[in-house]
Amino acid sequence: MSDALLTGLFVFVLASFAGFEVINKVPPTLHTPLMSGTNAISGISVVGALLAAGNHESTLATWLGMVAIVLAMINVVGGFLVTDRMLHMFRKKEA
Amino acid sequence: MATWLPTGIQLSYLVAAALFILGIKKLGSPATARSGNLWAAVGMTLAIVATLLDQHIVGYGQLAVALAVGSGLGALMAYRVEMTAMPQMVGLLNGLGGGASALVALAEFWRASNLGTTLPPETLVSILLGVGIGGVTLTGSLIAFGKLQEWLTGAPVTFVGQRLMSVGLVVGFALGCAYLLVVEPTDLGVLLALTLVTLVFGVLFVIPVGGADMPVVVSLLNSLSGLAASATGFILANNMLVVAGALVGASGLILTQIMCKAMNRPLTNVLFGAFTVQQAATVAGVAGPQGSMKTVDSEETAMMLAYARSVVIVPGYGLAVAQAQHAVRELADQLEHRGVDVRYAIHPVAGRMPGHMNVLLAEANVPYPQLYDMEGINPEFERTDVALVIGANDVVNPAARHDKGSPIYGMPILDVDRAQRTVVIKRGAGRGYSGIENELFFKDKTLMLYGNARDVLTQLVSSVKQLD
Repeated sequence: MSDALLTGLFVFVLASFAGFEVINKVPPTLHTPLMSGTNAISGISVVGALLAAGNHESTLATWLGMVAIVLAMINVVGGFLVTDRMLHMFRKKEA
Repeated sequence: MATWLPTGIQLSYLVAAALFILGIKKLGSPATARSGNLWAAVGMTLAIVATLLDQHIVGYGQLAVALAVGSGLGALMAYRVEMTAMPQMVGLLNGLGGGASALVALAEFWRASNLGTTLPPETLVSILLGVGIGGVTLTGSLIAFGKLQEWLTGAPVTFVGQRLMSVGLVVGFALGCAYLLVVEPTDLGVLLALTLVTLVFGVLFVIPVGGADMPVVVSLLNSLSGLAASATGFILANNMLVVAGALVGASGLILTQIMCKAMNRPLTNVLFGAFTVQQAATVAGVAGPQGSMKTVDSEETAMMLAYARSVVIVPGYGLAVAQAQHAVRELADQLEHRGVDVRYAIHPVAGRMPGHMNVLLAEANVPYPQLYDMEGINPEFERTDVALVIGANDVVNPAARHDKGSPIYGMPILDVDRAQRTVVIKRGAGRGYSGIENELFFKDKTLMLYGNARDVLTQLVSSVKQLD
């Protein structure tokens, strides 16, 4: 196994534990915004898409990357905005 | 190009990963949730900007176009979607994220084979995981979206040989992976065939699940979309992608667990239950509660509610279907105006995804401190004058507490039968999703008020007003 893979596995396992710890405490009231908010974070593959599309070594890879950017950005922007819309509605008392 | 740039990019990624974790942590309380979401969005922006500074990137014009098109479509969807449609929105976005990860994996493979470089086996494994998980997430989510949007039938779809076909696809996928890893690591045709296999598998995975269980599937697919993102992180040796994906993977898994626990069904039963459904039907047909149901009209109910000291409202899926969340808030306002103590009891699986009912009530301006979860409200029912059940059924069936033969035995329920009086607003005398009769409806203290939830609630509001 290469060093990069080993480091990656360490990071993956530790981040999973961090995720479990942080998310376990979220109250049921917020489960839907939590799901859509984390959903937006999963659009992080846009980073990979940018690297693939911005690399002019082969055209098909560029095109696949471009499509991936569009899909991932819908995921990211749609997810964060709709979460914000939901959370905006949660209030203690009417103003 | 300056030598500090790659370090700067990596440090920005580190900050972005930290912002994701802090953002999710802040999502844990209603008071800080909105800023938590903002922090995560800032982290994402930072990650994207840092990536754009990468010196390997050329052709900024086309990247800008793709970023703008995706952002525009995403924003349009986010502003136009109805709150009741939130589960399918999350499902759809999920699928797009998974699809993006699969495409990134394919692009990396194509790039390497085009350059004539042989990928190391560990990268190849990551690519196969990215394509496999991402592909299943894409088509599985699209089917889930179709079912929730009611473009496809909500009923479980099964056909002869379906399980055999699924097993065949899994075996085929394993064989294809083995071929790529052992024999010919640059064969693009095989990788494309494997992609097709995962896409078909995603469809077969979700179609046998019923519409009411779709939220569990969406939550599970959410977890998978995170794992697919992690896989792309391994492909590109980018730890920030690995962290972000792992966080989403963990959160989706926890929510899936919560929902299964709330329905008292193991995940395997949710996913594969359609193949054993005949068994459950015969069990349900054996015994049922005996006796007659008592009905009540809206005037009498209005009187009961208006002169009560405490009322607990139990909203269910039927309330969301009838779009009655604004009507219920109006009724609660009227009652509070008369000095009645009004609270809402929210079952963990009320609505169509965990916490969905809370969002719908928040949209109708119900203050969140009035919403109680199951543990908080159950001890209170004994001191409650009227429990008003609106479009909920299985989650208030007392058989879950004592009837070992009942299919829902062991499912945690809201103890509405312990209130002084229970009024159930329901469309008709039909059975619940589980297909069993609800013995609550036959109890002496229970009164049935039939009708569409929104119409009935509107009548109740005007009847309460007339009492002044």
